[in-house]
Amino acid sequence: MNGKVAKEDLDSRIFDTLNIILLAICTVVIVVPLWNVIISSFSSGKALAEGGFIFWSPEFSLENYRAVFNDSNIWQAFFISVSKTTIGVVTHVFFCAMVGYGLSKKHIRGRKLYVAMGVITMFFSGGMIPTYLLIKSLGLLNSFWVYIIPALFSFYDVVILMNFFRNVPDSLEESAKIDGAGDWHIFLKIFIPLSMPAMATIALFNGVGQWNDFMTTKLYITDQSLYPLQMMLYEIIVQSQTQSMQNVGGSAVIETTTKGVQLATIVITTLPIILIYPILQRYFISGMMLGAVKE
Amino acid sequence: MKEFVIDYRRQWEIQSMIIPGIIFMIIFCYIPIYGLTIAFKNYTVIDTLSSAPWVGLENFRIIMSDKYFWDAVVNTLGISFLKLGIGFVIPIILAIMIYELNSGRFKKFVQTISYLPHFLSWIVLGGMLITWFSTTGLFNQLLLSLGVISQPQNILLDAGKYWWIAVLSDIWKEAGWGTILYLAIMSKIDPTYYEAAKIDGASRLRQIWNITLPNMKSIISLNLILTVSGLLGSNLDQTLVLMNSQNRDKAEVINSYVYRMGMSQGDFSYATAVGLGVSIVSVILLVTANKITSKLNDNQSVL
Repeated sequence: MNGKVAKEDLDSRIFDTLNIILLAICTVVIVVPLWNVIISSFSSGKALAEGGFIFWSPEFSLENYRAVFNDSNIWQAFFISVSKTTIGVVTHVFFCAMVGYGLSKKHIRGRKLYVAMGVITMFFSGGMIPTYLLIKSLGLLNSFWVYIIPALFSFYDVVILMNFFRNVPDSLEESAKIDGAGDWHIFLKIFIPLSMPAMATIALFNGVGQWNDFMTTKLYITDQSLYPLQMMLYEIIVQSQTQSMQNVGGSAVIETTTKGVQLATIVITTLPIILIYPILQRYFISGMMLGAVKE
Repeated sequence: MKEFVIDYRRQWEIQSMIIPGIIFMIIFCYIPIYGLTIAFKNYTVIDTLSSAPWVGLENFRIIMSDKYFWDAVVNTLGISFLKLGIGFVIPIILAIMIYELNSGRFKKFVQTISYLPHFLSWIVLGGMLITWFSTTGLFNQLLLSLGVISQPQNILLDAGKYWWIAVLSDIWKEAGWGTILYLAIMSKIDPTYYEAAKIDGASRLRQIWNITLPNMKSIISLNLILTVSGLLGSNLDQTLVLMNSQNRDKAEVINSYVYRMGMSQGDFSYATAVGLGVSIVSVILLVTANKITSKLNDNQSVL
């Protein structure tokens, strides 16, 4: 009996050790490339041209960032990215919550039809060209609002919020109704504050989507003053790739300066998400706990 | 009818919340679905949707003999099935490994790190890949120092390796994120199952095989269905960043082909026809996958 337990202990310990080693390798595989990008972005052009470093750069310099920040386009793009993300997230969450609240009421006329219409949009879409023609005929080409209006609604998010609203106890709503409150009042004053955790989760995903989106720009925007960071970075990447291919065996100087600019832009483009992610993560985890205690 | 109007009037507050959503869906979802009819027309820039002449299945006939389209189909299927074969299993294994960790702090650390790449856009990751694979970049330096290669080379310009770059970079980006759902399901498994198994002397691997995996069966099937139905429609962002004149033959996927034909060359009807064909095949895939997995799940349909 004792021998058996000891053997199991040993097996289990081998399993744990192997598990930890493998997961440690996984984290290294993720962290090292990211770390390499960051220190490369702080490297001088000379160090980038020679290469040969992985963890630490032989020559640090801020020249890449200076070059990027001296370009007025980056400030414009940063402004566009921030405004389209904040306006987009707030309007999207509010719009979806409004529809989700309405559909969470079971006794509503036409509810079955509404839900059926929504479910169909989850599986069928017109695709790229018909949508482009629609956006064009609505006059949204080269307009800031093309970032906001077509992104207002997502039936997935409506369903999530609908289910969340359904879990709010009926008694809250009934007592408010007795006090003479209308549906809009109940939605704005009771349901929205109670649903912060669910809305924060949707806001996080939608915000990341908005920040990272570049297809909208590529499809509908030709006006450079409306380019967000992602599109600027895309242009830099495409340019440097064609350049480096033309320069095979040629000038290494051009390649490394564009490479430095590219790296610095990558870091600047990603930084806001990396900074905001842990804050929101903590918020929505604690928010879910609160929701659970209230029930 | 009268009753109908009275109901609506009584419910005006709630209806005023729903109707904007319905109007949105009609404009932004249903009008484009109707717009698919241009796949059966010959649409030119001077036409409107209704004035363009009908051409029947002419566009689809051209597709059949379009070499570039079939190249794109082969690439899409190749990349997608590799992603499915490898990329679908890795998150499951990873989730089980994280679940089996005892140390709370290391667990948290692994999770946070593994979610991170998901938050990078394909543009950012594409830029990183181009840097890593450049002749002076990380990848070549590693191989050189390990003695695997003697001359640095840019493998992004090597068409023969493009599929693997596409597949592995996608797994690197999304595998950690894919564990979230599985971890959430596993945290709901009753711990007494494991205690009972331990008393019976089941090894850790046996516990995983006989308790953890069966408990995840339905969520794995659901995930599989959704992945399979999206097989043909993915990879657009990734392709647009990573494709260059050297690897185009192996990199072009259906979506980037639709983009090129429609947006760059202005052949709207043809591009729509390609897109429509792909959607139809995707729906067929969805239904088939649902049938197969429901057979595996004792005839309980997941969808």
